[in-house]
Amino acid sequence: MALLQISEPGQSPAPHQRRIAVGIDLGTTHSLVAAVRNGVADCLPDGEGRVLVPSVVRYLQGGGRQIGYAAVAAQQGDASNTIASAKRLMGRGLADIAQADKLPYELVGAGQGGGMVSIATADGTKSPVEVSAEILASLRQRAEDTFDDDLYGAVITVPAYFDDAQRQATKDAAQLAGINLLRLINEPTAAAIAYGLDNASEGVYAIYDLGGGTFDISILRLTQGVFEVLATGGDSALGGDDYDSALADWVLAQCGVQVQTPSDKTAAQLAARACKEALTATESVAYSALLAGATVHFDVNRSDFEAATAALTARSLAAVRRALRDAQLTRDDVQGVVMVGGSTRMPQVQRAVGDFFGREPLTNLNPDEVVALGAAIQANQLAGNNAAGDLLLLDVIPLSLGVETMGGLVERIVARNETIPTAKAQDFTTYKDGQTALAIHVVQGERDLVQDCRSLARFELRGIPPMAAGAARIRVTFTVDADGLLNVGAREQISGVEARIDVKPSYGLSDEQIARMLQEGFSTAAQDMQARALVEARVDADRMLIATQSALDADGDILSPSERGSIDALMNTLRQTVAVADSAATLEDATQALAKGTEAFAAQRMNRGIRQALAGKNVQTL
Amino acid sequence: MNLQSDDFELFGVPRRFAQERSALDARWKELQREAHPDRHAANSAAVQRQAMQWSVRINEAYQRIKDPLRRAAYLCELNGAPIRAEDNTAMPADFLVQQMEWREALEDAESLTEVDALEAQVHQARRTALERCADLIDQRQDFAAAARQVRALMFIARFALDIERKQEQLGQ
Repeated sequence: MALLQISEPGQSPAPHQRRIAVGIDLGTTHSLVAAVRNGVADCLPDGEGRVLVPSVVRYLQGGGRQIGYAAVAAQQGDASNTIASAKRLMGRGLADIAQADKLPYELVGAGQGGGMVSIATADGTKSPVEVSAEILASLRQRAEDTFDDDLYGAVITVPAYFDDAQRQATKDAAQLAGINLLRLINEPTAAAIAYGLDNASEGVYAIYDLGGGTFDISILRLTQGVFEVLATGGDSALGGDDYDSALADWVLAQCGVQVQTPSDKTAAQLAARACKEALTATESVAYSALLAGATVHFDVNRSDFEAATAALTARSLAAVRRALRDAQLTRDDVQGVVMVGGSTRMPQVQRAVGDFFGREPLTNLNPDEVVALGAAIQANQLAGNNAAGDLLLLDVIPLSLGVETMGGLVERIVARNETIPTAKAQDFTTYKDGQTALAIHVVQGERDLVQDCRSLARFELRGIPPMAAGAARIRVTFTVDADGLLNVGAREQISGVEARIDVKPSYGLSDEQIARMLQEGFSTAAQDMQARALVEARVDADRMLIATQSALDADGDILSPSERGSIDALMNTLRQTVAVADSAATLEDATQALAKGTEAFAAQRMNRGIRQALAGKNVQTL
Repeated sequence: MNLQSDDFELFGVPRRFAQERSALDARWKELQREAHPDRHAANSAAVQRQAMQWSVRINEAYQRIKDPLRRAAYLCELNGAPIRAEDNTAMPADFLVQQMEWREALEDAESLTEVDALEAQVHQARRTALERCADLIDQRQDFAAAARQVRALMFIARFALDIERKQEQLGQ
């Protein structure tokens, strides 16, 4: 039997044991992957030295697809099958998509009763989750090629202002891409990590993050490795794309041109983007596009562009004001404003932010890369590669969670800007004799009426023991985990019966849909699923053994000899199973047995850890 | 100490109203450094579940203990004088008159200056009520009387929101 190598407590595993953990910035227009190598985070380039990959996927008839630059090259020629900005569709219904008619590809509603929008392509209907998964899978491939090793896991970033459905959709995309998701973290928080660690900053900072399709503002307090988010806000449909559209609309109106075909829509948008980018460095540039067979040529001044987009910039500042109010701070309390996202290169944005805060914004980091770099630093720590690291993120939930009550009103359960993880309980009762089921509608948002909030899911609780009306006490617990995702549990208080919960996500994919997508030969999952499952089960088993051994090394003294004996026996069984197992199921069972057998030990260790944290402090303050 | 310990035990501070905010902030971060799920991401699922429970509990305690109003309410409850705002409206006698005067003043206010003046009054009343709470809880241990002060403070908190709304109306 092979002996497992255990590193000294507090030391990193040997280089060959280092787990490959990456940070992925899954952006609206571009995506990146970064990793910590030799203690420094940097972005991983593709074979041609480019770190950015356009978030564009082209679907070909018969199942082929192109991703990134190859897809962009074909964008105008095959606009209706080339999907850009899929991030804006994540966790959204058809009715939510503003100006769907401006998109060069065809959106398909999910039918009656809502559901996530999808896209009609030459290769069939695709969910935006599948499109995102293609991009994630290509970045995973890039990481595995770079390190010539399997990926242990990834931290993926999402806009801070993403709601639960959008976060869940991102998590589902990671699963489809075969990525072990270590954590979803908020983009501005990731940027703060990279910026704060780079500059050894302390104090209150604002992160103004204007990306390709989303806007976030986060106010953080940085103290000794702790990144505490005080408040966050934003607009999940405001970004560089909108500046392009506003400019295109303005130019086309000036010229009296109308665009109809998918290829014209794409051309108008791409010309506007080129024009916008040129205006960062020059005062005036020509808008030039081949539309409807004729060349449109129009000179645009920077002031025209600024006037056409002033409303967008003002919208971002309104969100900044609200975030400051939520943090109970004034603009003078903010020590620095860090600019993140490619769209903050626009001079009018930098000027507006500078004027608002009365100080020059900080632009010394590459605004495209900083989010991925921060995510990589966090991934490295979560994977256990940096045991001595003392980085701690205390993030918040961006939007309030509530349930629908009588008359279509919202009863707020978790308030926005509350630190996660968090849990809140609410008691419900039945209104009919013998009622055995209960329906709960969960919504997210700040408004008082259900119709003005986002519908997240409908939960049906079943298996409530029959009682007189109003006698049952069903305690529903809303838990928001460290990924910012909501979980709901329910228990009848009098009988102690655990109610069964059926979840019907309003804009998400069901487990069955995900299983089907995985089965339908998702491009990257083409490899033998069973072999992959066995490899994953082996990795899990090894991870469990290592974790248990280091727990025993550190705190084995808590256990009685008989408790110790039974854990040792379970570990031996698992080691033997790892050596001979040829099915994932057997391995999973043995891993599960060890997990169950160490649960009480884990609880005792946690108590001891907390007590020690206190004891250390008490001695210091005495 | 375990998950059922009260907020004060959990934070290792005396069970009283007077607290130093900066000490609570620092303690919160120390405890989260130990318990936060991110610190246990490479551990087994059982440990991660434990970490989640502890982290949630620490956040819950911090939310309550750092807010003077919620802290006072919690101390009353721990000492057998629950607030029960939904079915108990007992407040200090002089406060009921005060309440009505304020309501009328807010309704009649026609300028931002008038509302701002009212706001200053309400802030002062809040400070006074909190001082009384501190005295009733820490010195006299009269939790029934403290609970009445807490109900008054809850009214003040709601009324402050009404003032804010009116300020926004008049400001535009």
